[in-house]
Amino acid sequence: MAGYILKRLVSAIPVLLGISIIVFLIMAMIPGDPAMAILGSYATPENVEKLNRDLGLDKPLVQRYLIWLGNLVQGDFGRSFSLNRAVLDEVLERFNTTLLLAGTSFVICSILGVSAGAIAAARQFALADKAITFVVLLGISIPSFFLGMMMILLFSVNLRWFPVSGMWPIYGTRDLSALVSHLTLPALVLAVVATGVIARLSRSAMLEVLRQDFIRTARAKGVHERGVIWRHALRAAMVSIIPVLGVQAGFVLSGAVYVEIVFQWPGVGRMLVDAILKRDILLVQGGVVFVAACYVMFNLAVDVAQSLLDPRIRT
Amino acid sequence: MNFLGLLARNRLALLGLVVVLMITVLALLTPLLPLADPDVTNTANRFKRPFEDGAILGTDHLGRDLLSRLFWGSRLSLAVGFASALVAATIGATIGIIAGFHGGWTDNVIMRGVDMLMAFPYILLALAIVAALGPGLMNALIAVAAVNIPFFARNIRGVTVGIAHREFVDAARLSGMGNTRIILTEVLPNVIPVIIIAMSTTVGWMILETAGLSFLGLGSQPPQADLGSMLGEARSALITNPHTSVVPGAMILIIVISINLLGDGIRDALDPRLKSGALSRPMPRTLVRRGEPSAGKGSSALLALSGLETQFHANSRVYRAVSGVDLVVRPGECVGIIGESGSGKSVTALSVMGLVASPPGVITAGSAHFSGQDLIGAEYGTLRRLRGDRVAYVFQDPLSTLHPLYTVGEQLVEAVRVHHPMPKVRAREHAVGLLHSVRFPNAKERFDSYPHELSGGMRQRVGIAMALANDPDLIIADEPTTALDVTVQARILTLLRELQRERGLAIIFITHDFGVIAQLCDRVAVMYAGRIVEEGPTDAILKSPAHPYTARLMACVPELGQERRRLTAIPGLPPVLDDLPDGCAFAERCHRATDACRVGNIALAGLATERVVRCIDPEFRAAGTA
Ligand code: SF4
Repeated sequence: MAGYILKRLVSAIPVLLGISIIVFLIMAMIPGDPAMAILGSYATPENVEKLNRDLGLDKPLVQRYLIWLGNLVQGDFGRSFSLNRAVLDEVLERFNTTLLLAGTSFVICSILGVSAGAIAAARQFALADKAITFVVLLGISIPSFFLGMMMILLFSVNLRWFPVSGMWPIYGTRDLSALVSHLTLPALVLAVVATGVIARLSRSAMLEVLRQDFIRTARAKGVHERGVIWRHALRAAMVSIIPVLGVQAGFVLSGAVYVEIVFQWPGVGRMLVDAILKRDILLVQGGVVFVAACYVMFNLAVDVAQSLLDPRIRT
Repeated sequence: MNFLGLLARNRLALLGLVVVLMITVLALLTPLLPLADPDVTNTANRFKRPFEDGAILGTDHLGRDLLSRLFWGSRLSLAVGFASALVAATIGATIGIIAGFHGGWTDNVIMRGVDMLMAFPYILLALAIVAALGPGLMNALIAVAAVNIPFFARNIRGVTVGIAHREFVDAARLSGMGNTRIILTEVLPNVIPVIIIAMSTTVGWMILETAGLSFLGLGSQPPQADLGSMLGEARSALITNPHTSVVPGAMILIIVISINLLGDGIRDALDPRLKSGALSRPMPRTLVRRGEPSAGKGSSALLALSGLETQFHANSRVYRAVSGVDLVVRPGECVGIIGESGSGKSVTALSVMGLVASPPGVITAGSAHFSGQDLIGAEYGTLRRLRGDRVAYVFQDPLSTLHPLYTVGEQLVEAVRVHHPMPKVRAREHAVGLLHSVRFPNAKERFDSYPHELSGGMRQRVGIAMALANDPDLIIADEPTTALDVTVQARILTLLRELQRERGLAIIFITHDFGVIAQLCDRVAVMYAGRIVEEGPTDAILKSPAHPYTARLMACVPELGQERRRLTAIPGLPPVLDDLPDGCAFAERCHRATDACRVGNIALAGLATERVVRCIDPEFRAAGTA
């Protein structure tokens, strides 16, 4: 097991390098003088000179990449000119709040999606299946930003169940109940699309598994149908559902952008959009690299979870 | 035009198609419609409600006509969404075909790159691209297309790899065609359906994504507006004037939902796996749709099948897998059922406990009385309580019939505990005992092994132990030794015989191997095309087979484990089960067939004591009549 984890850790290194190369290349597509472009409206002569020194922008591409990568590894993501702050500090702070939002959503969509899919498969063609299929279709077709706005109208403005936006009340204490009431709507909205996708794939994974011989064996043993579905079929279906969960985690993490804007959640997505609009390139670059790297590590954890579930992978 | 037919039969997909077409036509006609200028601001008229002052949908925060903006915005959103889908599909497919067709080094490098791109959280990559290129609708289009390219590349590559090694491609290569021509004339036509499926399932998504970027202010820039930026601009007035948000938002929803409905329809119509309904899951028990059940007979019988008919209903065809089987199994007796694959022997056995997959299986007639109780008509609950407790199964390939993710111990313990709730520790002891009784070496140590860690023979011992778990009266063994090699096969047979003697078990043993029957069974029933064609004591039938089919089956190498060679030795094929001939089903392959064999229904007739045969001209007749 430890050997397997080590192997996966080592195999993550080229992926991380690849990600850094891709982000670097995208940023290198910026037309014109790189220093001027990166600094945009903050391009004072001192800033330009400093940036050229830091990033070696006058040097050839490969050398520039190596300098940049070297800085990254040392935790130097550059400096945000619009915030006048180290990029890494800002990203770390924002990422925590995004993680809270996306993590909650991920738990919600995993549980809801997998159970809805399993129920739909077990009741294939019955009313429950049709209802779930319809709701799922609705869920994957509705833009999360629109859904968020409608939720605010209904639950915050009309019913007054939840606050309209933000992470903390402006006045009053910052306790857990305040956080939960602020978190509920955005986390649910963010979970909707992923729930739909997960439910769909879980349903077909379950249908696939239910046709296998070992399900017939379980039935021949006299296992109750509930046990057949939840113990035998779902366990086997999880082998193909878990990778989907990994992919969906990426969607939840990046889809948080919209929800953060709609609910004014102070996360990394909102930071990125602001940074793009202000042309604060280094902040965008740092944010993207950081979140992508975290996502790679998360997928690694998914792989490990997969190997815990499926003994055939470990050996 | 099978495809369009299938699409039309799916009413939801049709609805989606109609809506998509309607919106597309309206979008195309927008410049010709008598609409107000979408970009003329009139702040005096701001935030008009729908139907106020002739503005059907009202006006926005700058007093612009919402209906007009909706039309123009939909037009733009559709155009951008489709354009990015097209760009992504074209580039992605090109990359995928090149990688899949050339394989080797090219493939490796390209797919590594694709994997890297897919390691990104999706929208993040789009944001990075927009950040580099700057906000704007064109750049948003490029960004959304770019992040979808890997998806297409990977899908298309997979299909291309499959095609690149097919005969017609080799043939084209040998005839001296260049790679480009082969790709265009041989590969591309076969890949296009996959491209269409991929596109139809992603267009909706791309419309959402481009609208999303516009919503964030990174796509279309004012005054030009697509649906996303309309929604983005309306957001600040969400609480005071919700209609300005609802209008564009609902439009996005309608467009995307109808495209998704259509996409699902296209996928279902083009995906051959779904066509046959193969993806439907088997229900907990076989469907029963029979008229009056026949009364049970043979009170001394443990199991009495009478007039059992099981059919497969698929694609408006009816396959008569089992048509009218009568069979009696007495306590402690071993009855063999033998026949080629497709003869209905397994379906007969699975019908007993309702284990025939349904759909497509349906039991249409007959009864199966077990200890006097009809199982075919029994409630699911009754059936479940008997399964594995009184009647247990042993299946053919224990690798696929044991659960791959549970240890053999867990599976044994479960078998015991579903019928006899007891503490886990005791069930475990019992299970280890079961493993001992099937002569499983190192039972304790290997209790926690997974099925894939055991050899085929050991796995089948587990299968048998599981069947014995609750000391059943009857074991139905469906080709339990076929997947094993000869020496292991012999050992398992010996084990079964010993167990039968020790425990007074009744066994139904299904096989296509007369050698196995000879070793194990007291009586044997020979099945052909869903019917029993001969039945009687094993010794008598082995000595003098009456049905020509039985004789043929036996004549070919009666050697253990060589059934494959043997079966091909019978010339001809069994009849197709959805179109059974009149008269004797074996007539086409029978050397004794006459015209009389091809008419009417040939009944199972008595031949000698305990022997029956379904043939008008058997190989021999009872003493005195031949
Ligand atoms: S009925 Fe006729 S065709 Fe059929 S097995 Fe007998 S002899 Fe052959």
